[in-house]
Amino acid sequence: MTIHEIENQLVDEFAAFDDWLDKYDIILDMGKSLPPMDPKFKTDQFIISGCQSKVWLHAEYRDGMVFFTADSDAIITKGIVSMLVKVLSGQTADAIQSADLNFIDRIGLKEHLSPTRSNGLSSMVKQMKLYAMVFKMKG
Amino acid sequence: MTLNIQDIRADFPILSQTIYKRPLIYFDNAATTQKPVQVIRAISNYYEQDNCNIHRGVHYLSVKATEAFEEARKEIREFINARVTHEVVFTKGASESLNLVASSFGKKFLKPGDEVITTIMEHHSNFVPWQMICEEKGALLKIANILPDGQLDIEHLYSLISDRTRIIALTHVSNVLGTINPVKEIIAHAHSKGIPVLIDGAQGVSHISVDVTDLDCDFYCFSGHKMYGPMGIGVLYGKEKWLEELPPYQTGGEMVKDVTVERTTFNELPFKFEAGTPNVEGVMGLRAAVKYLRNLGMDNIRAYEDELLKHAVERLSAIEDMRFYGTVPEKASLVSFLVGDIHPFDAGTIIDKMGIAVRTGHHCAQPLIDHFGIPGTVRASFAFYNTIEEIDKLADAVKRVKTMFE
Repeated sequence: MTIHEIENQLVDEFAAFDDWLDKYDIILDMGKSLPPMDPKFKTDQFIISGCQSKVWLHAEYRDGMVFFTADSDAIITKGIVSMLVKVLSGQTADAIQSADLNFIDRIGLKEHLSPTRSNGLSSMVKQMKLYAMVFKMKG
Repeated sequence: MTLNIQDIRADFPILSQTIYKRPLIYFDNAATTQKPVQVIRAISNYYEQDNCNIHRGVHYLSVKATEAFEEARKEIREFINARVTHEVVFTKGASESLNLVASSFGKKFLKPGDEVITTIMEHHSNFVPWQMICEEKGALLKIANILPDGQLDIEHLYSLISDRTRIIALTHVSNVLGTINPVKEIIAHAHSKGIPVLIDGAQGVSHISVDVTDLDCDFYCFSGHKMYGPMGIGVLYGKEKWLEELPPYQTGGEMVKDVTVERTTFNELPFKFEAGTPNVEGVMGLRAAVKYLRNLGMDNIRAYEDELLKHAVERLSAIEDMRFYGTVPEKASLVSFLVGDIHPFDAGTIIDKMGIAVRTGHHCAQPLIDHFGIPGTVRASFAFYNTIEEIDKLADAVKRVKTMFE
């Protein structure tokens, strides 16, 4: 599936719920479905430090596609991390670099990607795109 | 006197709104308090009727604005019971007051090998300025510990005092733990050894009746916005003898030299520390805030906030797995907690969606949070416009957090 198709799928999952707390229940479930990260990558080398919650991110380049694994110490952050991984992992470097990730906004979670939220997520997106760029340059 | 909370709430327009389809409950008062209409009006009245640069012109508006500005200084002197009005210096806020003292005191009195004592429970504003000036001057910053319940370890503090101690800087009330430090006792002890004491009163003035003459502190710093006044205005109280001795923090530079009449003015207290056009609207707002607080009565405020705190502790401790930080009996009206092992960011995000504003994280007191070895806390800090019913809703929200994350 393309980034856009996965984004639409995620937006649909949230559309049925009006109440914020119900939306967060879905986010928590998303966090639980995040594939576990190899503990050897949960080190300071792979950390993206936010003021309030931490995110670990690792990337690999296989067959022209970038694969991400990630984790967070906060469950809500982990849920959003899980969505970003779902959308971007297994895509080409070009697609990742040009993704505008507007699904976050469409779901109504824009605040979580704001740099002022200090949960590491906005830096995570930057880092994912940076990985894509570097992999592409290295070929 | 019992406070009429419904009447008080009517003075705070911001409180009547709904967020996420729920009535707003504001429990982030230790970060900043809301402003009563009296404060908001004082600011707009100033711009509508009196706006003018002060201490300068001879014309009608200038004289009027200057008088109001200096009248405000007198009212703030009364509010904290300073001996003389020129011991009240206007700053941008507690942070600037603290930076001013650390910088000017350090410049004049700190030599290599000298020592400054502070505590592990300080807000970064009363920690980093001392850390920096000590580094600059080759002085040593010593840190007093706390006991497990969040009270200051006074014995440890006293054991840090040596013949090289030049100043002790500590907070009146901890912004994370709520602990009210026995500052009067500490000041008396320090003075018996000839050491001056600075008190960070940012969390003190809005909860406790502060009398700087009775405390005998050498410096007392606070912000307007944490005491129902505007942002960007604060106060440095300093004993006259210290303020006379300290070099200026910021100067008007050449401007002072060029305008002879002004140079004379700037050299006197408190103007020596108030270079540039001051925040007159801020002072007008702060004056209104002080008047508002004095009308309610600080003792009435304290009594009501104690009730709120007692109720919050009762309701929240009835919930399983709650971990509280700062449990001393002598504390200001805030609770800092974790719900089991739930990350404070997770808890705070859900509590927010229930319409309740709480603060999560390290609260600008990283050394203290590191001391507890936790990622941060959830902090609910109360003000006199909060109600028992709102606290019940917080307890419900915390229960909801538990069911969601466990």
